[in-house]
Amino acid sequence: MPSNPTKLASLFAQAQAQIQLPSSSASSSAASSPNNMTADPAAPSLGLLSYSSASAVSKASANLSPQELKRRHAQFGPLVHPSHLHVSQQAKGVLPDFIEEEPPLFYLLTTYISYLILIIFGHVRDFFGKRFKKEKYQHLIERNGYAPLTSDFDSFYVRRLKERFDDCFSRPTIDVPGRYLTLLDRTSSDYNSTFKLTGTTTEALNLSSYNYLGFAQSEGQCVDAFEEAIHRYGTSTASPRAEAGTTDLHVETEELVARFIGKEASMIFSMGYATNGAALPSLVSKGCLIISDELNHASIRYGARLSGAVIKTMKHNDMEDLESLLREQISQGQPRTHRPWKKILIVVEGLYSMEGTMLNLPRLVELKKKYKFYIFADEAHSVGAIGPHGRGICDFYGISPDEVDILMGTFTKSFGAAGGYIAADKAIIDRLKLDNMAYVYAETMSPPLLGQIEGALRTIIGEIVPGEGEERLQRIAFNSRYLRLGLKRLGFIVYGHDDSPIIPLMIYSPAKMPAFSHEMLKRKIAIVVVGYPATPLVKSRARFCMSSSLNKDDLDRILRACDEIGDMLMLKFRPSEHPRWKFEDVIRKGVMDCKRDMLDE
Amino acid sequence: MSLHDTLIYINSTVESISSQFTRLPGSSIILRYVRSSYQNDPARSVLEFCLFLFAVRYFLASKYSVTKKDFVRLTDGEIDELVDEWTPEPLVPAMDEASQTDVDKIPVIVGATGPKVKLATGKSAMNLASANMLNLVSNEQIKQDAINTVHEYGVGVCGPPGFYGYQRVHINAEKDIAAFLGMPAAIIYAQAFNTISSVIPAFAKRGDIIVADAACNIAVCKGITISRATVRWYEHNNMEDLERVLERVSKEVKGRPLTRRFVVSEGLFENIGDICNLPKILELKDKYKYRLILEESFSVGVIGKTGRGVAEYYGVDATEIDIISGSMANTMVAGGGFCVSSEYAVKHQRINALGYVFSAALPGYLAKTASNAVAIMTTSPELFSQLNANARAFREIISKSQYVYSPSDPDSPLIHLRLKSEILETRKIDDEDHVLQDIVDECLYNGVLITRNKYVQSAENFPILPSLKVQVTTGLNKKETEKAALVVKAAISKVVAKIPKAKH
Repeated sequence: MPSNPTKLASLFAQAQAQIQLPSSSASSSAASSPNNMTADPAAPSLGLLSYSSASAVSKASANLSPQELKRRHAQFGPLVHPSHLHVSQQAKGVLPDFIEEEPPLFYLLTTYISYLILIIFGHVRDFFGKRFKKEKYQHLIERNGYAPLTSDFDSFYVRRLKERFDDCFSRPTIDVPGRYLTLLDRTSSDYNSTFKLTGTTTEALNLSSYNYLGFAQSEGQCVDAFEEAIHRYGTSTASPRAEAGTTDLHVETEELVARFIGKEASMIFSMGYATNGAALPSLVSKGCLIISDELNHASIRYGARLSGAVIKTMKHNDMEDLESLLREQISQGQPRTHRPWKKILIVVEGLYSMEGTMLNLPRLVELKKKYKFYIFADEAHSVGAIGPHGRGICDFYGISPDEVDILMGTFTKSFGAAGGYIAADKAIIDRLKLDNMAYVYAETMSPPLLGQIEGALRTIIGEIVPGEGEERLQRIAFNSRYLRLGLKRLGFIVYGHDDSPIIPLMIYSPAKMPAFSHEMLKRKIAIVVVGYPATPLVKSRARFCMSSSLNKDDLDRILRACDEIGDMLMLKFRPSEHPRWKFEDVIRKGVMDCKRDMLDE
Repeated sequence: MSLHDTLIYINSTVESISSQFTRLPGSSIILRYVRSSYQNDPARSVLEFCLFLFAVRYFLASKYSVTKKDFVRLTDGEIDELVDEWTPEPLVPAMDEASQTDVDKIPVIVGATGPKVKLATGKSAMNLASANMLNLVSNEQIKQDAINTVHEYGVGVCGPPGFYGYQRVHINAEKDIAAFLGMPAAIIYAQAFNTISSVIPAFAKRGDIIVADAACNIAVCKGITISRATVRWYEHNNMEDLERVLERVSKEVKGRPLTRRFVVSEGLFENIGDICNLPKILELKDKYKYRLILEESFSVGVIGKTGRGVAEYYGVDATEIDIISGSMANTMVAGGGFCVSSEYAVKHQRINALGYVFSAALPGYLAKTASNAVAIMTTSPELFSQLNANARAFREIISKSQYVYSPSDPDSPLIHLRLKSEILETRKIDDEDHVLQDIVDECLYNGVLITRNKYVQSAENFPILPSLKVQVTTGLNKKETEKAALVVKAAISKVVAKIPKAKH
């Protein structure tokens, strides 16, 4: 369906009238940096799909019934005040080193003791259980010549530690993972071995989905594009891309993604995890070296192992360690033969999903000039979520995307869809169309997802519903800084970069993980707790994922809940040299406080 | 300084050290121990002291000193020079003309896929290149339900299943698939290609044994690689060889502690189109105490009287197979993959399968689509007899071609066509893929879209024999299918006839 320019222009005007961007000062500060893709309402064509102009964010809610409005606000909260916006951008000056704060020694010691007790109890129960309750331990015992399907040693942690608070994970949901989540309540009568649904539900504030820009919605321009795409393209192409799975819509979305990222070309895959899994083996092989950050995601490790290249790990985000490793590896060459490496690929993430730390890209690019390695940056969490134009880590630091060879990302998170992409030079992408496993063998991305992706990208760029993209970008930037600083002021240890939308609140003790999760759920806030093996044993944490769909009222509610629970569970570990604020002061001064260049100086 | 002074000085130093030492908690015990052992046996004290020094050295030594055996010490200047001299290879090999042609020839469909498609070149064609075998792509109810699901759940799930990404539609889809296949429980993954690559390493670990069919598709092979298990390959679908391998392995492991053992096979082989000999495999795996992992991406929803896969095809109870994985992206026209097995094995995967734990969940509307597809398959079993009839009709015509043969099973709607070896010899064809691509082009010119089997040879464990890949569909009736077969047959003849016979 070709788009109709005159109709679109009138729709834009209508949309603008409805929206009235809350703060012109905030938006002008964003526009002050060059934005080569800002909306041009006279743009002749917007591609294959058409988009409604009705914004699905709070402001455009003139003619909705109270129920409709309530549902909309359950997915995307209204902005409370125009000052609750901020531009996500690296402050001028030197990049500060991230200092990991340590809790008092006493708490570390008790954490270790907790694990010790859990382990001893677990082994004692296993020992007696296997002898006296054979029918319950069948799956761990050899039976008529078959080894157990899971060894008791491998599954020990899961059985004896994780199962104790399994009710904090995999909570089933029944609606959009937007501002609120509706959870199906469960009970267990066998200590979390199995669950029964009670039939009731709980609506909880969602602090855990990767819904960074709040595109998880059941209405609006993205869902309209989704519907049009499903009518015109069906649910599937039932073939890999390289055979007969490519449609014109796939080609168009790839061009749009490339334009958004700032690369010549891009490639889209049906799963984010598999994007890494297939991309790395198609780039490096035997005789090549991969240097991988120690905290890289499992998908990167999976891809690296499949590639057959030698893998070395660098300390997390430590560019000095990287340089010394590079000097050693380039001068020593391949092991035993000392032949020079064919190529070296540095695999890093833009924003680390468990730590909230951001890649030190400026320093990495400097090193690249000297050491001639290639950079593969996984922007799964950073694309959309950071940068003044939402274009990820390069945008955030104001570095040209040309400096990074391969930019990878996912559509699951900021864009509310699913799947992943890699963006690079056209020659590289063309080559990968022949060599990339996920392109040649795996199923093609379901076409309607492309509608959602195009809708989200065009909104961020400003091609459709002008102003909405900007609001989303600036709300997440503000929300991230506000909550992070608020938690620090209250006395919590919080990891990560000031602008990171991932906010890990350190808990340490294993017993406090479920306690924190339960207490938050009691206050109707759904959070995620993470412990070993996703983190080091003693560094259990609650991980908050910020979203544009939350507003300051929600954040204050979260801060109040954390303040209460923090006192109750003794979680305020922050060393006393940092001044602690009262909850009321945090709420009162927080907005101005969090907009300073360096937080918590 | 006189001798006397020196002695006094030494004495006072020793005294002050010993008084410091006695202040340490537990020092008296050490002192007593040393004294008593010295009185009995001075040599022992010396030996113990040496051992103590060794222990200290051992714990302080660098962990990596062993691996740096052949480390060459270089000065900073030398390293700088080496860094300057080093020129890496380009990130990917440059595109040559042939590769560029391959890329340019990837067909681009305008609009929806289906039994008849329009291509970006303007050409319309009957589509025998996609796995839309039951033509569910064109089902309006599926589309409408997908939209309704999005109105309820949104498009994406925005997180892994463990973190609030497990929606009621997923729970329902799991139940539906498990019930369809007659297995106790199911789990769904976000991508079919990644499913088996995650399932195998969730169970097989280092030290375990995998005996696998050598023609398994690449997803299976990658799963085996990642698992680090010991793998033994048996000749494709050769049950005697399987027995031989099992026998050999049981001799090898005699006396060693018992580890998990798996037989891994595909149901309908993606690269060949033939069907595994399930009854014999089941018999052997029971005899040698193995578990069976069966990859059924191209057999569930494809073969068997009502589409329930290889087990139904052979009339075997599916629960005899330990683990079945499959695709929801082929005939089910959704996306993602599934694995069905016992309740316990499914629960284990929810925590241990990498592609499940570390990936975002499948979008809810695709789970709903899979549920709907299963419902249609259950209520319309006649689809499968139609599909089978079409496959046989296509085969009958193509079998008359003097240039190609099909290694596929007559019941398989996925049909591979290979150039006969005498044709390859007499006409000295080196670049077989090139000839096959010409056939594909010729077919398309005459209004039939097929594809050659695309693969990445460098990623495969064993060489793949080039072939044409045809997938018949119920979206075309028998007449149309026969017409398409005639087009393919004619195209093969035309292209091959053009290649001159080599002179001896």
